[in-house]
Amino acid sequence: MTVPSSPADLAELLDAQGYLADEGLATAAYLAIRMRRPLFCEGEAGVGKTALAGALAGVLSAPVIRLQCYEGLDAAQALYDWDFPRQLLHLRAAEAVGVTDGDRLEAELYDRRFLVARPLLQALETSPCVLLVDEVDRADDEFEAFLLEVLSDWTITVPELGTIRAADPPVVVLTSNRTREVHDALKRRCLYHWIDHPGFEREVAIIRRALPESTQALAEAVARVAGAARGEDLLKPPGVAESIDWAEAMTALGARDLDVDVAAASLGAFLKYREDQERVAGRLAEWAVAG
Amino acid sequence: MGRGGVSETAVTATLVGFARTLRSAGVDADPERVHALVAAVAELDAAQPRDVYWAGRLTLCGGPDDLARYDRAFAAYFAGVQAPPVRRVPSVQVIHPVAQSGEGRPGRDHDEPATAATASAAEVLRHRDLALLTADERETVRRLIASIDPLGDPRLSRRYRPASRGPLDTRRTVRALLRRGGEPARLEHRARRVRPRRLVLVVDVSGSMQPYADPLLRFAHAAARRRPGTEVFTVGTRLTRVSREMRARDANSALAAVSRAVPDWSGGTRLGELLKAFLDRWGQRGVARGAVVVLASDGWERGDAALLGQQMQRLHRLAHRVVWANPHRGKPGYAPMTAGMVAALPFVDDFVDGHTLQALERLSAVVSGVRADA
Repeated sequence: MTVPSSPADLAELLDAQGYLADEGLATAAYLAIRMRRPLFCEGEAGVGKTALAGALAGVLSAPVIRLQCYEGLDAAQALYDWDFPRQLLHLRAAEAVGVTDGDRLEAELYDRRFLVARPLLQALETSPCVLLVDEVDRADDEFEAFLLEVLSDWTITVPELGTIRAADPPVVVLTSNRTREVHDALKRRCLYHWIDHPGFEREVAIIRRALPESTQALAEAVARVAGAARGEDLLKPPGVAESIDWAEAMTALGARDLDVDVAAASLGAFLKYREDQERVAGRLAEWAVAG
Repeated sequence: MGRGGVSETAVTATLVGFARTLRSAGVDADPERVHALVAAVAELDAAQPRDVYWAGRLTLCGGPDDLARYDRAFAAYFAGVQAPPVRRVPSVQVIHPVAQSGEGRPGRDHDEPATAATASAAEVLRHRDLALLTADERETVRRLIASIDPLGDPRLSRRYRPASRGPLDTRRTVRALLRRGGEPARLEHRARRVRPRRLVLVVDVSGSMQPYADPLLRFAHAAARRRPGTEVFTVGTRLTRVSREMRARDANSALAAVSRAVPDWSGGTRLGELLKAFLDRWGQRGVARGAVVVLASDGWERGDAALLGQQMQRLHRLAHRVVWANPHRGKPGYAPMTAGMVAALPFVDDFVDGHTLQALERLSAVVSGVRADA
């Protein structure tokens, strides 16, 4: 495991993983690793919040354990579950060989080997690892309570078994799209970082990095249109993810530079509302030109 | 340990002082966060302003709204100036004294003991226009509003509860079975839980709504207290989210906090623009999705009515129900004639009154799932 020695060093290591981080994000990720404090990333959709976890895992040569949040997520899906069929099987097998010691049998039934580890427990038991709690704002408040125990003490309490503690706390990245305000108690335990849309140069670099087969001219044109579109007050401004998708679509269609017809035909990769597409389509030629 | 060769105590003192400045600028930099800041700076270089900037921003801020305040406070503090507190005292108070014949000085009503209203008096009060109340009546009405209990329209949750019939609950069945040493026990069932939908209230506090803003905000407070997760916004010349202020237990202190937060009491309204701001910033991300959205306004649009129509259509696509409470609707001779109201009405599911206590009770029933026309 490579341990970065400074934020700048980490930025370089992330760069080698194909993830371009700016000063703020590199500092945030560096502190998350050094302080073992969860990193709470907020920002518009498609600015690379989720990709950060993958890149960090690459830097640390550790696996990513991902927990996708949704409403109704409960302990059995996020923490652990008992493997009931195996427990039953064990019980029947014990009966078949004539085990009569009830207490021993019960102790055996609630053993670690019958516990199915879900992402949070897996993350505590895997070291090193990067735990990605994706779109935490989609889970409901009940779920935040589970998360609090795990993220503050790095422990999970299984009533039948006892407390499971992480030998070495994982690096945690939480992402949120702000569909709901996450509880302060949770945020207080985290480093908070707001990821903004990248500037023109960085966006060009990101597109080229993600799509080596795309041309510089195309990447620049896409970044220019994306920058202009974000200033246009659209229903859903495009993120970097959409810029990459669009550049990829046009590259797949054989474009070497932004061709207005090809661009208009593949606009669905970039903008996901009809109203937005109509507004942007008319101004593509104007925006794509440098200046 | 600071790597920049700066004494650790001096660094800590500086950071704690900075956190204090930040608190006065309105960022909730509590001790736990300050502790994290000190730890973060120790990992970085305390002599580098950029390192201190990022360490503070990462540990002390809790949302995008904090970032601008943070930047200002950082610039001011490290330039040697104390940042002035941002919170202003409102130019207009929330509590609007209403002159009424036979009243002394309405501003002094808090000195008088509140008299308990009899049942019949309360009944009469329920139908009185909220704009025309005497100070005593207003006190009573406030108490009655606090007891209104609006809950969102129920919906099925993704969580389950034990039930006597319904799909099999394998988990509980097998658990019971294991408890009995593998003997087949009784079958357990489960059913979806029912949860109320999120309630979103957008209260117009512009000049034309002045007499009704106070009771409507109290209604919003009752709703927010009853169910956490309720979102409250005010619109006037700009949009303000006051959900946080509404969390105070006591209605009076909640309203005082709201009046500090809302900069635009009694201005004009550009409803369409503000509704758009609400949808862009909050609604489309999820606040309005599947929610019951109540707009409390007289529909007096000073901006473009066509924009209001478009935004209402957008809101209607996102929300489960759109309820419009208009204080003028219940008055004799009212017809929805203002351009704003005409543009908005096609996208309103329930159009209700909002001028009496009874109308607020009715509104409460409507948001809880009773149809306005039923």
